[in-house]
Amino acid sequence: MKLALGPLLYYWPRQSVLDFYADIAESPVDSVYLGETVCSRRHELRLDDWLEVGQMLAAAGKEVVMSTQGLIESESDLKVLRRIVRQSASGEPGFRVEANDMGAVRLLTDAGVKNWIAGPTLNIFNPATLQLMVDSGATRWAVAPEMSGAALAEVRAALATPIETEVFAYGRLPLAHSARCFTARHFNLQKDTCEFRCLSIMDGITLRTREGEPFLTLNGVQTQSARVHNLLADLPAVQGKAEMLRISPQGASTRGIVELFRAALDGAHTPADALAASRALMVEAPCNGFWHGRAGVEQYIAA
Amino acid sequence: MTSSPIELVCPAGSLPALKTAIDHGADCVYLGFKDATNARNFSGLNFDPAQVREGVAYAHARKRKVLLALNTYPQTDNWSSWTQAIDRAAEYGVDALILADPGLMAYATRTHPQLRLHLSVQGSATSYEAINWYHEHFGIQRAVLPRVLSMAQVESVVAHTPVEIEVFGFGGLCVMVEGRCALSAYATGESPNCNGACSPGKHVRWEDTPRGMETRLNGILIDRFADGERAGYPTLCKGRFEVNDETYYALEEPTSLNTLELLPELARIGIRAIKIEGRQRSPAYVAQVTKVWRAALDKLKSGGAEGFSVLPAWMAELNKVSEGQSHTLGAYYRPWK
Repeated sequence: MKLALGPLLYYWPRQSVLDFYADIAESPVDSVYLGETVCSRRHELRLDDWLEVGQMLAAAGKEVVMSTQGLIESESDLKVLRRIVRQSASGEPGFRVEANDMGAVRLLTDAGVKNWIAGPTLNIFNPATLQLMVDSGATRWAVAPEMSGAALAEVRAALATPIETEVFAYGRLPLAHSARCFTARHFNLQKDTCEFRCLSIMDGITLRTREGEPFLTLNGVQTQSARVHNLLADLPAVQGKAEMLRISPQGASTRGIVELFRAALDGAHTPADALAASRALMVEAPCNGFWHGRAGVEQYIAA
Repeated sequence: MTSSPIELVCPAGSLPALKTAIDHGADCVYLGFKDATNARNFSGLNFDPAQVREGVAYAHARKRKVLLALNTYPQTDNWSSWTQAIDRAAEYGVDALILADPGLMAYATRTHPQLRLHLSVQGSATSYEAINWYHEHFGIQRAVLPRVLSMAQVESVVAHTPVEIEVFGFGGLCVMVEGRCALSAYATGESPNCNGACSPGKHVRWEDTPRGMETRLNGILIDRFADGERAGYPTLCKGRFEVNDETYYALEEPTSLNTLELLPELARIGIRAIKIEGRQRSPAYVAQVTKVWRAALDKLKSGGAEGFSVLPAWMAELNKVSEGQSHTLGAYYRPWK
């Protein structure tokens, strides 16, 4: 089982990002997804900077993937998308691409790229749709977090040729995208003049119910879960259904989580012990309902 | 401008609503079967086979069109329910299918090549590159845009695709990109994508408490209302929550989209159809909204953009049926973002 570090979903200061990936280069992660996927106003690192980080990680032996933006709105969004596809097609530097909307799929197909990754926002829920992506050149499927383990196993079983499958295994769940920036709205600002408030918020802003229960996380135009999706206790069941696990970067302890996953996969912990050990590294309660075909917020099997 | 090519696409949650929409001037109605194959899978709503046949006959006798929404994503174990729905729709003679899933589109083009396909808003296609992908693969003839683009962005999409563009004109406002929202699945286990339901009724609880009327979704407190305040349906993204000790509508107020004043601009940039949201609403709502939009489109057609102004009476009529009695231009208006 391989470990992937998903794209950084938050907006951190430039030096924090560079330091973070320098640390990740030393971690036992196999693949690293890079690039801005959430908000086109986030520019601490431009595409060239991301490609440079990618080269550093590639030199450290990591597979590097450039992720594309989830919500494409403007011509300038498309311009970035085209550049990401070009670098892959031309072999300079030739990193694989994670397609996060059908516009990216079209550009990759037109460019003749044959080893791209079908991202979690493509809404692939059945073998027919996945087969279309495979026929277009997808060689890995990053499953939508809302899909259950049982459902993804059925898709794989029905596919003529197997495809490498990646499951969202750790982090706040990316639940929704909007044109509206909820962080800006919280500060009574408009998106166009948001003052880049995200920069001072490492892990998004917690939205609580009026009973004080943490419920969601505001991350600019993205809404995440407040709870941390955590499949450590489910690893025996995940093995056999997927070849890769995605860990979503969080403000603190990402490297510790990566190391814990590696240790758990190597059999150094029982599932229950692995979950217990992760508690010290988590800022919020765990959940795993989606994997079990239930409400995502649930921690279905208490450990 | 001498004529308006904009079609008025109205919601039909039931046969009476369909007839009402047609009688009040809808060019097209859209409807779904009574199951999870469409994104308004609520009990008491939608059409059985006999009702679809009757609705199609009623519309066609008056030279209007029926669009069938099959806009949820099937899974491996229920795939055949969706393909059978496509077969039935073809048999009943609907004028177009509104689909979101590429696998289903492939099935439809292979099995019923004569059927006209529209890309559902649930397909989350926000750029011409995405829309053109569906056009090249499945020959889609129309795409419905998610409610996230500004007017300039919509104009750019229209200019770069041969596909007809349909936009939402009025009704409930999805704050999130349609087809990319798992909030309901997170809270209840049922999702718009796979189950065709957002914040489904069976998970809803209203409770009169000493703190006020509370609305809950699967036990999660979505809002609490003071005495005399009207308690709204607990749609997740329109609840009041605490963020940094401040309690407010953190995502969006209960409000409806209303783009009546943008109509001349939508016509100018080449929008081909306006969708009215609200299959879950009553025939009375359908009548009222269809009447106003028919009048507005007719006025635009006869008088052109210069002769067009929004009548206060139209706005008053629409506000009566708006969520929270208020309306917004949503993402068409940049500062909303």
